[in-house]
Amino acid sequence: MTIRRRFPLLCLFLSVVALRLAAEDTVKIGMFASLTGREASFGQTNHRGAAFAVEELNAAGGVLGRKVELLAEDTRSLQGEPATVVKKLMSRDKVVAIVSGTGSSAALEVAPLCQAAGVPLVAATATNPRVTEAGDYIFRACFIDPFQGTVLARFAGHSLKARRVAVLVANGNAYSVGLAKYFREKFTTDGGEVIAEQKYADGDKDFRAQLTAIRAARPDAIFASGNYTESALICKQARELGLSGPLFGGDTWDSPALVEIGGQAVEGAYFSGHFSPDATDPAVRSFVERFTRRWGSGPDTGTSLGYDAVMLLADAIKRAGSTEGARIRDALAATKDFAGVTGHITIDAQRNASKSAVIFTVRDGKFQFVESVSP
Amino acid sequence: MTEFLQQLLNGISLGAIFALIALGYTMVYGVLRFINFAHSDVFMVGAFVGYYIGRHVPEHTLWGGFLALAGAMAVCALLGVIIERLAYRRLRGSPTLNVLITAIGVSLLLENLGQFFFGATPRPFPELFPVTTFIVGGVYVSSNQLVVIGVTLGLLLALEFIVHRTKIGTAMRAVSLNPKAASLVGINIDVVISFTFALGSALAAAGGILYALNYPSIDPLMGVLPGLKAFVAAVLGGIGNIPGAALGGLLLGIVETFVNGSADWSSYKDAIAFAALIIILLFRPAGLLGRFTTEKV
Repeated sequence: MTIRRRFPLLCLFLSVVALRLAAEDTVKIGMFASLTGREASFGQTNHRGAAFAVEELNAAGGVLGRKVELLAEDTRSLQGEPATVVKKLMSRDKVVAIVSGTGSSAALEVAPLCQAAGVPLVAATATNPRVTEAGDYIFRACFIDPFQGTVLARFAGHSLKARRVAVLVANGNAYSVGLAKYFREKFTTDGGEVIAEQKYADGDKDFRAQLTAIRAARPDAIFASGNYTESALICKQARELGLSGPLFGGDTWDSPALVEIGGQAVEGAYFSGHFSPDATDPAVRSFVERFTRRWGSGPDTGTSLGYDAVMLLADAIKRAGSTEGARIRDALAATKDFAGVTGHITIDAQRNASKSAVIFTVRDGKFQFVESVSP
Repeated sequence: MTEFLQQLLNGISLGAIFALIALGYTMVYGVLRFINFAHSDVFMVGAFVGYYIGRHVPEHTLWGGFLALAGAMAVCALLGVIIERLAYRRLRGSPTLNVLITAIGVSLLLENLGQFFFGATPRPFPELFPVTTFIVGGVYVSSNQLVVIGVTLGLLLALEFIVHRTKIGTAMRAVSLNPKAASLVGINIDVVISFTFALGSALAAAGGILYALNYPSIDPLMGVLPGLKAFVAAVLGGIGNIPGAALGGLLLGIVETFVNGSADWSSYKDAIAFAALIIILLFRPAGLLGRFTTEKV
């Protein structure tokens, strides 16, 4: 082998060494998010919020005197992909902690891996309660579905005055199945009735069959517990089939794509969420202002939760005074009344964030704040 | 009863789209004896061409809708011809398996090019045609469903006319029967095959637009599942048989809708649709309308 042929290899080796050395003095936080695919809108907003948090942290001098580096991986909205990218983040990039920028199914897939490796995971938007049951290294920055289900059931019963509700569930989607279950539990104990429960699969586009069956049951309102793409199509087809009652859903409706796809059909629909830019809290006002100046458009739920997840983690690393997994874990678990932009966060014994929820409605294609519900 | 009629209508409008895609599979198979797996991705390209044309024509107009439909069909017809010219023509005469693998390759190429150029994020599809809902005896009929059924019926009749009443159609049938003999009597096989691909791809484009009109969220992988279902429909009806593909598509659409509408069984909708396929093929191995022919040596 001549020196000429060995030269590129040598270059590669040297650059890898150089990269390793350069990377040595940053605090590496890994992130996986659905940056493309069906749930792209969530992943992108989560990632944007997390990236903004890292920018602000570094502008203020980083954590422990070191710059923070965010390594983001795309899960392409596919099952199996989160585990692959997280293994890569842990084994190749050696991140100190991981932020989950996508839904419950992905977080459930990844939680046991992080637990086994002793790398703390902070889920930004995974609301299914089972996520943190994987172990003491798994935390979240959002409220959980039993709370959200209760909020929605109370809202349907009191504000919408619905007695008979039909539910649509995305089978195989942990978030949707869980939320529908908690909604049903609370709604039926409050004297309401779930008169029809229809299932579909994520990625389905035709819901006319399920909606026709629901129509025959004559519901007062319809609860679509799945993601925004499917839910927008459900709203559209429900209206086409003459179902005129109120439509409502959970926090996965909170995406501009809901209005783009659903158009006129989602007008007047309701959903629960984590964050309202209309809130009066001065800390939120300042965040909205800074974010808008940096990105040209205001923050939404995904960006705020992504932001809070990273800030929660940074706060824990600062308090731990170390980037060691176990120390970060203990600091995260001790988080009390942390002032996040999505509300004051206290991490409870199950490592869930205890905080308030917001109800929105769609008016003239915009999301409008209706009410705030505390735990 | 109203619920039954409503579900039947839902099933027919879903099945009509499967039928339209199935026609493309069956025509190429009829002439070349191979499954063009890239067909479902031409369907996707059709929807995207409609999306881009839709941004330049006013929404909710008949002429705008038909312009997008015609434009997408023309672009995809050309795409079909190009795919055949570049990927399949060189392999003509080689074992069917080689062409089949190439078709899968072209399919993956189109899907990934789609993700590269259009992005993987689903996009909302514009409402091209005027949208209204009619109520006939308690059954809600959306104008889009009528457009789907009408366009499918029209294209099916046009196809029957082309295949049975025109010179090029006669040539297609001749090539299907025996390519060597057809070329001996002076038929230009290349032209006939190009024409078949153009026709099949135009139908896929029409299917893509109609699908996007009814389910207005499009992405580069949108063709995979409808494509698979349409392939099943083509086999169900008897692959190579044009009315068979239409019948298979309708049946599959109706079965799927009724299964979906029942609360207890909807999780198994694909399993039930494919089980129906297996049962029908057990009793009629050549499909519903297919003719069973023994291979001549």
